[in-house]
Order: sequence, then C-alpha cells, then structure tokens
Amino acid sequence: MDEEKEKKGKEASKETPKREVPQEPQVDVETLPLVRRVKEAKGEFIDDVSYFRGEITFLVKREHILDVCRFLRDDSETSFDFLTEVIGVHYPQRDKPFEVVYHLYSTSKRHRVRLKVRLAEGEEVESVYPVWRSASWYEREAYDMVGIRFANHPGLKRILLPEDWEGHPLRKDYPLQGPEGYREEWLRSHCASTNKL
Amino acid sequence: MLERGVVEGRVSEDLMRETLKTKEIWINMGPQHPSTHGVLRLVLALEGERIVDTEVVIGYLHRGMEKLAESLTYPQFLPYTDRLDYISSNAMNFGYVLAMEKLMGIEVPERAQYIRVMMAELTRISSHLVWLATHALDIGAMTVFLYCFRDREAILDLFEMVCGARLTTTYFRIGGVANDLPEGFIEQAREFCKVFPKKAKDYDDLILKNRMWLSRTVNVAKISAEDGLNLGLSGPSIRGSGVYWDIRKDEPYSNYDKLDWEIAVESGCDVYARYLVRLKEMRESCKIVSQCLDILEKTNGPVMGKVPKVIRPPEGEVYASVEAPKGELGFYIVSDGSPKPYRLKIRAPSFANLISLPVMIKGHLVADVIAAIGSIDVVLGEVDR
Amino acid sequence: MGQELVIAIIKMIVVFALALLVVAYLTYLERKIIGHMQLRLGPMRVGPHGLLQPIADGLKLFVKEDIVPREADKWTYYFAPVFDLVCALVLLAVIPFSYHFMVTRLNIGVLYILSIASVGSIAILLAGWASGSKYPILGGLRSAAQMFSYEIFLGFSIIGVLMISGSLDLVKIVEAQSRVWNIVYQPVAFVIYIIAALGELKRIPFDLPEAENELVAGHHTEYSGFKFAYFFLAEYAHMIIISCMAVILFLGGWKGPVLPGIVWFLIKICAFFYFFIWVRGTFPRYRYDQFMAIGWKIMLPVVLANIVATGVVMRLV
Repeated sequence: MDEEKEKKGKEASKETPKREVPQEPQVDVETLPLVRRVKEAKGEFIDDVSYFRGEITFLVKREHILDVCRFLRDDSETSFDFLTEVIGVHYPQRDKPFEVVYHLYSTSKRHRVRLKVRLAEGEEVESVYPVWRSASWYEREAYDMVGIRFANHPGLKRILLPEDWEGHPLRKDYPLQGPEGYREEWLRSHCASTNKL
Repeated sequence: MLERGVVEGRVSEDLMRETLKTKEIWINMGPQHPSTHGVLRLVLALEGERIVDTEVVIGYLHRGMEKLAESLTYPQFLPYTDRLDYISSNAMNFGYVLAMEKLMGIEVPERAQYIRVMMAELTRISSHLVWLATHALDIGAMTVFLYCFRDREAILDLFEMVCGARLTTTYFRIGGVANDLPEGFIEQAREFCKVFPKKAKDYDDLILKNRMWLSRTVNVAKISAEDGLNLGLSGPSIRGSGVYWDIRKDEPYSNYDKLDWEIAVESGCDVYARYLVRLKEMRESCKIVSQCLDILEKTNGPVMGKVPKVIRPPEGEVYASVEAPKGELGFYIVSDGSPKPYRLKIRAPSFANLISLPVMIKGHLVADVIAAIGSIDVVLGEVDR
Repeated sequence: MGQELVIAIIKMIVVFALALLVVAYLTYLERKIIGHMQLRLGPMRVGPHGLLQPIADGLKLFVKEDIVPREADKWTYYFAPVFDLVCALVLLAVIPFSYHFMVTRLNIGVLYILSIASVGSIAILLAGWASGSKYPILGGLRSAAQMFSYEIFLGFSIIGVLMISGSLDLVKIVEAQSRVWNIVYQPVAFVIYIIAALGELKRIPFDLPEAENELVAGHHTEYSGFKFAYFFLAEYAHMIIISCMAVILFLGGWKGPVLPGIVWFLIKICAFFYFFIWVRGTFPRYRYDQFMAIGWKIMLPVVLANIVATGVVMRLV
C-alpha cells in the first residue's frame, strides 16, 4: 500500500491550481471479493494488491506466476478464461527494472484483473502459455519490444521486428530513431542483398 | 487440440526437417497477395492442397507506434490511433480517449457521449461493409464488393460532413468531440438509417442463401468457444462461436447501457456464423445510430468536458477497452505524471485474432485459408502497429 | 484447285481476323456489362464510351516488358501460350457460322472440336509447370484435373444430341434441327452442357485454376506482356467456341425466321456471352474439391442417365 500512498502524494504536489482531479473513492481493497478470494487461496504468492480507477492489480512473486494464473483460470469464483494481453514495461531506475503486466478478463464473471511480475536484469519469468495459448504471441511481442525472456515458451522469437534486429526498442535506453547509424546500416545491408537478387 | 510440432503460428524444426524430404510443398502466401488483406504473410505447408502447417509472419507494417507515443504528448498521440485500424478510425480514437478520461477522471458531457456512440456505430457499419466486401470478393462474389462500397460511401460522406476527413477522422478529443454536428447532418444520417436496411438486403439476396456461398463457408475454419477464448479471439469472431460477450453490453462504456440493442451471437463456430454475426451487427448498429439521432435532435449542450489546457494526468496506470469492429481494443497507459505517456500499450484485436488462424485452417484447403482470413477480419495496420 | 485454295485462305483470314476482333471486344463487353451490373460504368476514357479500350489494352501488352522467371524452363515457357492460342483458334476452322460460311466442312466436326480442345488443356499444364513457381504449378494441376474431368461431362452431354441427329457433322446436326431445336429433346443435357462449359472455360463459379484470390493468377501468374495476352485471347476464343457449340448443338445454329442465318447465329452466341458474364457478376466461387464432387457425383450420373433415357425413348419412338 505504500506505493499507492506515494502516488497520491505526488499527485497532490503536481496539481495545478485550476485543475480538479476527482478524488478516488476510498475503497478498502481487502474487502473486494476477488481480492479476498485470491488472498485466501494464493496469498503467499502475492506481494501486494493495489487499486486505482477501479482496477485491481496484484503484484505476484516471479516464481509463482504460472501457479497463480492457473488458479485464476480454473477457480470457479475467478474463472479468468481470457488473457487480454501481456505487456513488458521498462523502469530503468528501479532495482528490478522490468515489469511484466498481464491483463485478464473473465467472460462469465465479467471482471478484470491485472497481474504484475517484477524482474531484475537477466531474470526470466515462466511463460503462461500452458494456461492461455494466446500468450505465445503476446509474450513474443514482450520479448521483441522489451527483451523479457519467458521460460518454457514454445518458440520465443521476434514477432514484429525482423529476426536479425538488434536491441529491444521499447526499452527506455533505446533511442527513438534507433542507435546511431544502425538503421542506415541495417537498410544498406538488407537492401543490398535484395538488389543482388 | 494442437498436434506435434505446431504451436500457434510456429513451425518446429523437426517438423520442417521431416517435411523437407516428403512431397509437401511450402508456399508463401503474402506479404504481397491479393487476399491477405495487406501485408500479412503466411507460410503454408501443403500436402496436395491440404494445409499441414502454417506459420504466420507479421510485422511488415510495424511503425513503432508505442515507441512514438512515448515521445509525444497525450493529445498529440490521438491522430496516431487513427492509423491503427485505418478503416475504423473512430473506434480507435474512442479506445484511446476513454483510457485517457479514465486516467484523468474527466467527465464527458452527455451530448458528446451520444455523438461518440453514434460515430462509433457508423464506423462499425462501415468497417463491416469493408469486411463483407473483401470477404465476398475473396470467395469470388465480386458484385457484393461494389455494393458494399456504394453504401460505405454514404457513411464516409457523413464523416466528411462532421470533420472534413473521410478515413482518418481524429474527431474524438480527450474530454469530448472536436465540434458539434454540422447543420443538415442529422437529416442525412437519418436518411442513411432509413435506406441502409433496404440496401443491406442486396447483399443477402446475392449470398445469404446462395448454395455456393454456403458450401464455401459452412463448417469451414471451425473454432470452439473454449479454444477461441484460450487463443485470444474476441469481438464478432468469438461471438460466432456462441460466446455472449460484447464489451458494449458487459462493461458498458459511454452511453451504450441507455440504448436498446442486442448482441449478435451465432453458435455455428464457422465462417458462416461469423458472417451472420457481422451482418446482424450492422443492423443493430443502424438501430443504435437512429436512437442516438433521436436524442441528439431533441437535446442540445456542450460537446467538450472540462479539460485542462496541458494534459498532465496523475501518476498511475489504467486499462480501458472498447468493442472495436474487430474485437476488444484496449489501451494500457502508464503515466508518470508528465505530459507524455511513460508507456502505452495497444491491445489490438486483429493481432490477437490472428493467433487462432493456424488452428482454424489446419487440415483445410488453400481456398479455405482465404475464407478464414476473411472471417476474422484482420487489418494489418492494427496487427503490426 | 487454285481458286478453291484462294477462297479457303480468304475465309480463314476473315474468320480469324473476325474472331480476334470479337475476342478483343468480348473483353470490352464483359467489362461494360459487369460494370453496369456493379453500379459503375466500366471503361469510359479511351474513345467514346471506352470503345477503343481493347485496342489500347492490346498495345499496352505489346510494349510491356517481357519477363521470364529465372527458374522457368525457357522453351516450354515460350511454347505454352502459343500452343494454347493455336489450339483455341484452329477450332474455329470447322464452325459453320451459316450454311455457306465456314472455313471447312468436316464430317467429324464434333470429334475434332472435342479432341483439339482437350489438347489445349495440356498447354495450361505446361504453362504452370514451365513457370518454375509454386502458384502456377498449383494452378496448372488444378486446371488439368478440372479440364480433363469436365471434358468428360461435356462430351457425354452432347451424346444425346448426336444420337438424335445421327451425325458428327456440325452442318447436319443443325439441319436436323430444322423443325424443333435439340434443346426441346435434350433439356437436361443442355443444362449439363452449360455447367460443364463454365468449368471448361474456367469462369466463375469454376475459375479455380486462376482463382486470383487463392492462387494469385494460377497458371499465368508469371506471364507478362504478349505471352499473357495469348492466354487471354485463348480464353475468350474458347468462350466463342463453347458458345458456338451450344448454339449449333442445342439451339438450331443459324436457323431462324426472317433474318439471314449468320445474324441469327450471332444473336444466339451473344446471348451466351451475356449469360457467362452475368454468371460471373452473380456467383461466388466453388472450392476445388466441391467442384470435383459436383462433377463426378452429380453431373456424371445425371448425364449417363440422360443418355440411357434418350436411347430408350428413341428405341420406343
């Protein structure tokens, strides 16, 4: 809960006088049925729960993400049968600079939840492919864009960028137009090879 | 369900080695192919004409939108969303502005809400018309193509009236819409709502019960509801498998809960079911548009909420999704309190829908690939972002 | 002898020149008719109402770069389109446009047409194979299977007519229809003939060998310039032949009141052209396996039953 308080604090300090930021209705996260259910069953794997704009976020221990996901899908109270997306986010200033965000949705219970896993440089996270097969592409994208490695993924390779691309563009240290000269070099070598054909 | 060596659009090494010495041929469909709807590339392993294996290769249209977003202010990114699914730009705008409003807690005036819903539904009709046109053309029914484009023209004219653009409209704004409806718009839109169902009958006359159409679509590219959800299929494509799930109904955003309409669901699980779903959706959208018109005609009011000059959302992260014509479109925005997004992720429905394509077409013929691609309605601008 | 030869040559030139002109304008007609069916105008820019469009298209194909794929088998690649067009055009030699106007009268005209037409399908197979590319091979294979099997139905569907007229001579067949057209005696055969003809012509709903949405352009994917034009011309020439055959076999050839025979003949084949174009504007495309199933599982039994029935009736009458 510390994080949330921190957020609130920053919000207040940045506020310009004429702007009204509607106050978040105070909700005790622990009372939400979904949170209660997850805490009950898998509480030891959950580091933190937060609530912002009506969205519940669980911070899950890295080693147990697959376990938690399997529970969330199979439990009759949660039954998250749909993996909306898997996102990699890069926070270079943190100790654990990578965050993997999972958005889940339940078509029967009609609720959503967000899971987060934090990774240090070089750490891997278990792929959730066994739970939702759609993860195969989402995780490939997270790997392609942010360079997060997923263990036991059925085929982790680049998806949007060419296979021989270097670097992961959505990392904060990746310049907007690519590293100096890299683009030209890439185009030159690739266009030259097509000209030969 | 999945067999050895095939994993969602990926071909394993051993299968490839095995296939190389047999008489299967590998055929490259796309990125330049008449019916892959853009620069989609499929590598098909064929045994005769039967598909043994598929690898989906995407990224030919990747423009790095998410990276670009990090260097632009929030309002500056709005026009970029138009270029995601360029044939339903209003719906793309809608997703983004909803996420922004959720993040900043902005109230949107009632009138703007109705205008948005109306525009989004007109967009849905026009998107589905393009889908029907190209889908029918792929299966060889050329005339349907031109009929659909005739009717889409009427919608594009309406868009042009409102914002001067026909395709990439950028009409929505964070907090409302750019301007109120121009004079004469309501009459013209009403006229469209009146004639559209009649014109839509033309398509039904041509293909709805046509034996050839049925034999090309019924029991083709089947996918069960369970598999579909597991593979990330959303929108009309999953509703064709009998899943009652429409974000407009289940998590009503804007004013959808105040309007009277129905979810289109079919249980056939095949190309024909997905076709029926979209046909029905067009008619339902037409209903929504006329209801919005009724309200907009009677009421008046501002179309822009109270939005600060410099958009500087509080620190935090939100995910908001809308029912885009292709499925669930979501925007995940991480804000660090600066005027530029820290991270912006687009959950593109076409991208997710493509995951199930290899599963759908396995064991079918080459001709069915075309039908399957048509039935999940991908737009590559959205797939590759 | 010399005079006959000269007359024969003149007839040939007239027939082929006319045929090529008709072929060119058939493309124009098709584009115009389909255009109007689809709420558009078709060609309008070249000449009044785009009347010079076919000529402009021909010129364009002449001056286009002639590309030969690296993997292609050169000789076969060049040979296939020529072969295809020749096979199509020589068929015109035996068509009686009226009682007096034909290049040559052959007493086995029907056999001649069927046999040359089936040779023509080899050209397409060759084209597909020679291109050294995968889509053309698939297209070539499809068309080989399609044309060989649909030739059978085409051949069977006209057997009833041959039984009635008792001749393979096209002129005699027409003469035998002086009072009643064969379509009255052979309605089932006529329908089968039309369906088989659509298959034989590779037109929608049976345009599988060149289904542009599946196989890009089938056997002529890799062809450009004038070699492509040859295929194009051959295709439309086939359309003329098939229409002529239908008119001769079922609709009484040049027979008709008041107007001269040749005019009647043209009117009838134009009706067929229109029909083919109309079908294209209306129907989607069958899938390959479904198409074969229709042929072997429906048309073949029906057409065989028709032959048996014709035989029985003729015996009784």
